[in-house]
Amino acid sequence: MNREELQDKINSFGIEVSFAESEVPTQFLTPEVSSENVHALISELKNNSDTNFDYLFCQTGIDFPDHIEVLYHLRNTQNNSEIVVKAKIEDRENPSIASVSDLYKTADFHEREIFDLFGVKFNNHPDLRRIFLDDDWEGFPLRKDYVDEVNIVEL
Amino acid sequence: MSVKELHKATQSQEYFVNMGPQHPSTHGVLRLLLTLDGETITKVEPHLGYIHRSIEKMCEKDSYQQIVHLTDRMDYLSCHMNNEAVCLAVEKGLELEVSDRVKVIRTIMSELTRLSSHQLWWGVMGMDLGAITSFLYGFRDREMITDIFEETCGARLTMNYNVPGGVMFDIPANFQTKVKEFITHFRKKLPEYDQLMTNNIIFRNRTEGIGILTKEDAISFGVTGPSGRASGWSNDIRKSHSYSAYDRVDFKEIIRTEGDSFARYKARIDEMWESMNIIEQLIDNVPEGSCREKTKAVIKLPKMEIYQSVETARGELGVYINSDGKKNPYRVKFRSPGFSNLNALNTMAKGGKIADLVTIMSTIDLVIPDIDR
Repeated sequence: MNREELQDKINSFGIEVSFAESEVPTQFLTPEVSSENVHALISELKNNSDTNFDYLFCQTGIDFPDHIEVLYHLRNTQNNSEIVVKAKIEDRENPSIASVSDLYKTADFHEREIFDLFGVKFNNHPDLRRIFLDDDWEGFPLRKDYVDEVNIVEL
Repeated sequence: MSVKELHKATQSQEYFVNMGPQHPSTHGVLRLLLTLDGETITKVEPHLGYIHRSIEKMCEKDSYQQIVHLTDRMDYLSCHMNNEAVCLAVEKGLELEVSDRVKVIRTIMSELTRLSSHQLWWGVMGMDLGAITSFLYGFRDREMITDIFEETCGARLTMNYNVPGGVMFDIPANFQTKVKEFITHFRKKLPEYDQLMTNNIIFRNRTEGIGILTKEDAISFGVTGPSGRASGWSNDIRKSHSYSAYDRVDFKEIIRTEGDSFARYKARIDEMWESMNIIEQLIDNVPEGSCREKTKAVIKLPKMEIYQSVETARGELGVYINSDGKKNPYRVKFRSPGFSNLNALNTMAKGGKIADLVTIMSTIDLVIPDIDR
């Protein structure tokens, strides 16, 4: 399945997605979806027999000035096709999004990492705690507005 | 663990043992909180972060050349592949094609790194199970590779040999001779590994049928590298997303179906033979050419996103770079293999005995800086 076919397929799911238009073609097909619809889309991508993205190989967050993005890199282990789903969370104060740990077990650690470093709350995650930092750590270090008093990076 | 769970647990016969953070078989500072029922493990809960250095945050302040130097502090046994991953990503962003010479040199160095990593793993795995001799055997053979690295790039560990655009220096004149000497030596010595451990009845009893991971779980947990391939999942990045010179060599992807500790052990042993095959195919055919393409002193990537993965000794290492057009990346993410592999430990160890946990941990080959980053 090539990119156009995959894009048509995703549009046929009936979930509201948008595909970013950019001058430079992106490495992977990148559907963007709101944080409410992300679980439905990824669940469809995984369970639909035509797409069958059964391997979540990378999950991460990015902090932008007005929103937080959670990225899901998915791969089909049969034909090695890949896709990146971007979920936008508008609320930077109390960001929350549905967990995909029921679909991919690897999301357990990855979501804990994003929670730890970005403060994104994953609903329905079985055990959402900080993974690297202490439980009483204040702030979320990978956010751009995080102030580190020691600031080892700038030393 | 919540207070409720703790209360419930203290009412039963279960008890807790902290394994680590200072424990010889965790190979670094990893704390495992074990829930035990007698000697049977009911839950393994890894506690991470003892050496979390926030490398991803540091990358946001560094130039692209500097990022390369941080990556070999992650998985220090696969440092060459880690460097290569970042270099390939930056080159992809710059649309810079490196010479064939660089590709071949990188492939040879990566395979040597894989060999040395597996040798160390084999040595310490034997020691974890009580066989001291294997440690000495592993280090004896590893020394030859370390010497080659020292001559090539001046470092025995954390070699910063790759730079965006090529390699830092050309290979020394005696590089080929030394590598061939090593291959001849190691082809004789690798069967000794089998004699000492693989065919040892005690070793077989301690590994066969222990810590089984099914293929479905391996994919769901994202257990890559030899650990995932031992569960029957073909996930070799060198085959599926070929990079450097892997498309011009002929090698087998080692796949086993048992999914137990012995399969993971044997997968690595067989991988060492394959690594030697790859090196032998390339060592006499290093093409002429420049070993380093010229890049600007300050590399700026256009506004773009790049993902590049390589096969390290532990599995798939992914580098995600989000660039906003400045000289520093906006966000860098390392998808480290150890992090995902560790996630599956609970599934593998649950229901087994506490003594087998050491075996399982050895066979998924944990490197803690790779997990904590």
